[in-house]
Amino acid sequence: MAIDTELLSAPPPAPAPEHLGDQRPPGRGVDRAFRILAFAGGLAVLVILVLIAYSTISKAWPAFQDEGLSYLTSDNWDPAHQAFGTLAFSFGTLVISLIALVVAVPVSIGIALFITEVAPKWMRRPVVTMIDLLAAVPSVVYGLWALLVLVPALPGFYQSWHDLFAGVPVLGTLFDGNPIAGKAFMTAGIVLAIMIIPIVTAVTRETFATVPQSQKDAALAMGATRWEMIRAAVFPHSRSGMTAGILIGLGRAMGETIAVALVIGSSPQITAKLFSSGDALPAVIVNQFGESTDTYQAALIGMGVVLFFLTLVIGMIARAILARSEKKLGAA
Amino acid sequence: MTRNSSRTRWTLALLLVFGLVAAACGSSSDKKGGGGDTSTTDKTLASATLSGSGSTFQQAYDETVIEAFKSVQPAVTITYAGGGSGKGQTDLQANLVQWAGSDAIPAVADASKYTKGTVLNFPTVGSPITISYNLSGVDKLNLSADTIAGIFSGKIKTWDDAAIKADNPSADLPSTTITVAHRSDGSGTTANFTKYLTLAATPTAWTLGTDKIVAWPSGQQAGNGNAGVAQIVQGTNGAVGYVDFSDAKAAGLKYASIKNKTGKYVAASVGGATAAMSTATVNADLSFDPLNATGATAYPITSPTYILVYKTQSDANVGAAVKGFLDYIYSDGQALAAQVDFAKLPANILSQAKAQVDTITS
Repeated sequence: MAIDTELLSAPPPAPAPEHLGDQRPPGRGVDRAFRILAFAGGLAVLVILVLIAYSTISKAWPAFQDEGLSYLTSDNWDPAHQAFGTLAFSFGTLVISLIALVVAVPVSIGIALFITEVAPKWMRRPVVTMIDLLAAVPSVVYGLWALLVLVPALPGFYQSWHDLFAGVPVLGTLFDGNPIAGKAFMTAGIVLAIMIIPIVTAVTRETFATVPQSQKDAALAMGATRWEMIRAAVFPHSRSGMTAGILIGLGRAMGETIAVALVIGSSPQITAKLFSSGDALPAVIVNQFGESTDTYQAALIGMGVVLFFLTLVIGMIARAILARSEKKLGAA
Repeated sequence: MTRNSSRTRWTLALLLVFGLVAAACGSSSDKKGGGGDTSTTDKTLASATLSGSGSTFQQAYDETVIEAFKSVQPAVTITYAGGGSGKGQTDLQANLVQWAGSDAIPAVADASKYTKGTVLNFPTVGSPITISYNLSGVDKLNLSADTIAGIFSGKIKTWDDAAIKADNPSADLPSTTITVAHRSDGSGTTANFTKYLTLAATPTAWTLGTDKIVAWPSGQQAGNGNAGVAQIVQGTNGAVGYVDFSDAKAAGLKYASIKNKTGKYVAASVGGATAAMSTATVNADLSFDPLNATGATAYPITSPTYILVYKTQSDANVGAAVKGFLDYIYSDGQALAAQVDFAKLPANILSQAKAQVDTITS
């Protein structure tokens, strides 16, 4: 701001374009208008967010009032008997998002490293284009593919994994079903993973590309191997970018609706057995909204509110973890 | 997997996706409506547009009859947008549509929400709900209400269970695990199926009650729409699910014969559904309940479906078009039902419905 006024009030130095001097008053007006416009744009985001929160909460209020805290803490969802507990759906949303991250993040970081550090130059552009194309595929196409290809094929695979890990403490429980089925938490998680790989890859790749060449050269000059160089120079520099990518992926996974609705099995249950059918918040909303009325409908809208805050809280937790790790890094 | 069945699977999946993504957009039916050469509607109606929405259960029939009606009354434009019985009712309340499709008549408590006065219920057709199954080696299956209740509430877990054996003394039943498929979306089909179990099964055998969504035991598989359930049944050996007749036939599924109130095992058919409707008691508002009907040939899981319109129409042309459309359904329209695997109304209900059409005023 200070520089601007100085430029405009003082006679322009030699390199400044001449026409600026003629339009001094309108130029100032434009500047002012731009400020107002930009401010309004920024404010609009907040206003829209608040309005959405307000209208959904007010529409969901009858259900909150009816159910009280058990709306969040009960897993008994039985509209026929006016019981609206959403815990099993929140559980399902978190479980499938977690599966998606566990599967997608290593793969995405691998792809991003391959593109930025390993792949020969001629290969980089085609690979990037392919990944970006994946991001443009509508989620319903992934859902359809999963329904027709994955769902019939996976039970056999699940069964063999179950047999392989039977008796192993934690894994034996995770790789089991209640009963083992094609439409399951795991299936939904795998589809979500495929869907978020492009976006997580894109963001991490951008970050890796910003690592200064000098730092990488320095590591290599110290005798580091390529992997040691990546660990010492690329990762520390890219921590916040990687977290941002993971957060964006998580956000997409938690809100994904159609693909999940098609393959999760729509049978609410809280279980550690990942090969069982379950249900998730957005899938329930899309499946049941059409025929709902009154309190039932309010309860479904309330799930939107729950999802909204769940995403918010998890985002904040992830940011806090990031901030702490950066502090540690600074101290070291 | 044969070529034919994989094509059916794609068709099913497409139907399913259409239903899920755009519940409000009616996908055009591939079933052709016939019967263009009719002479029942004597006068030519003035130009009018009738928008409708509601039950997806009757959508295939509605689309067929609308297409046929258009060839006799080209000036009248009729649309039907699906969306579910609940949507049809709220759309009619909000005056967004001139007619609504619904698998149940409006609740008495909702009467005041219909701002334009009395709503008339017109039963149009009926349809059997099949218990479709996929069990290699078993091509004929008999089921009684208690056995169905046991399977769908998770108490009967394998196909060689004693209860199923009792219904099928001569069948060679494998020990395959039963995979139960139900609807993931709120559905009139679920409501009618569970209502049947409430009526026909012993109260201790069926405890989940009846509604568009019930608290199914966990671990079952669910699909969106009849097509979604059919897809699960088709793709899983040992699966069983409730699917409306036309979707079960379209998917080429095997379906069980159900033991009716008279004690006979009857396979799902449009004739069995009409027989069930003919013995049902018809109320003054023309609602009737063909579930668990008596009669040797009655198919016990038969669902009715209704068209809802206001008794007093505010516009004369629209009123005439509504009457013309309903008259058509109750004349030539009944013959079209079997083409799309729906059951026509029995004579007693037909005559009452025809008489009610004349009470519409505008």
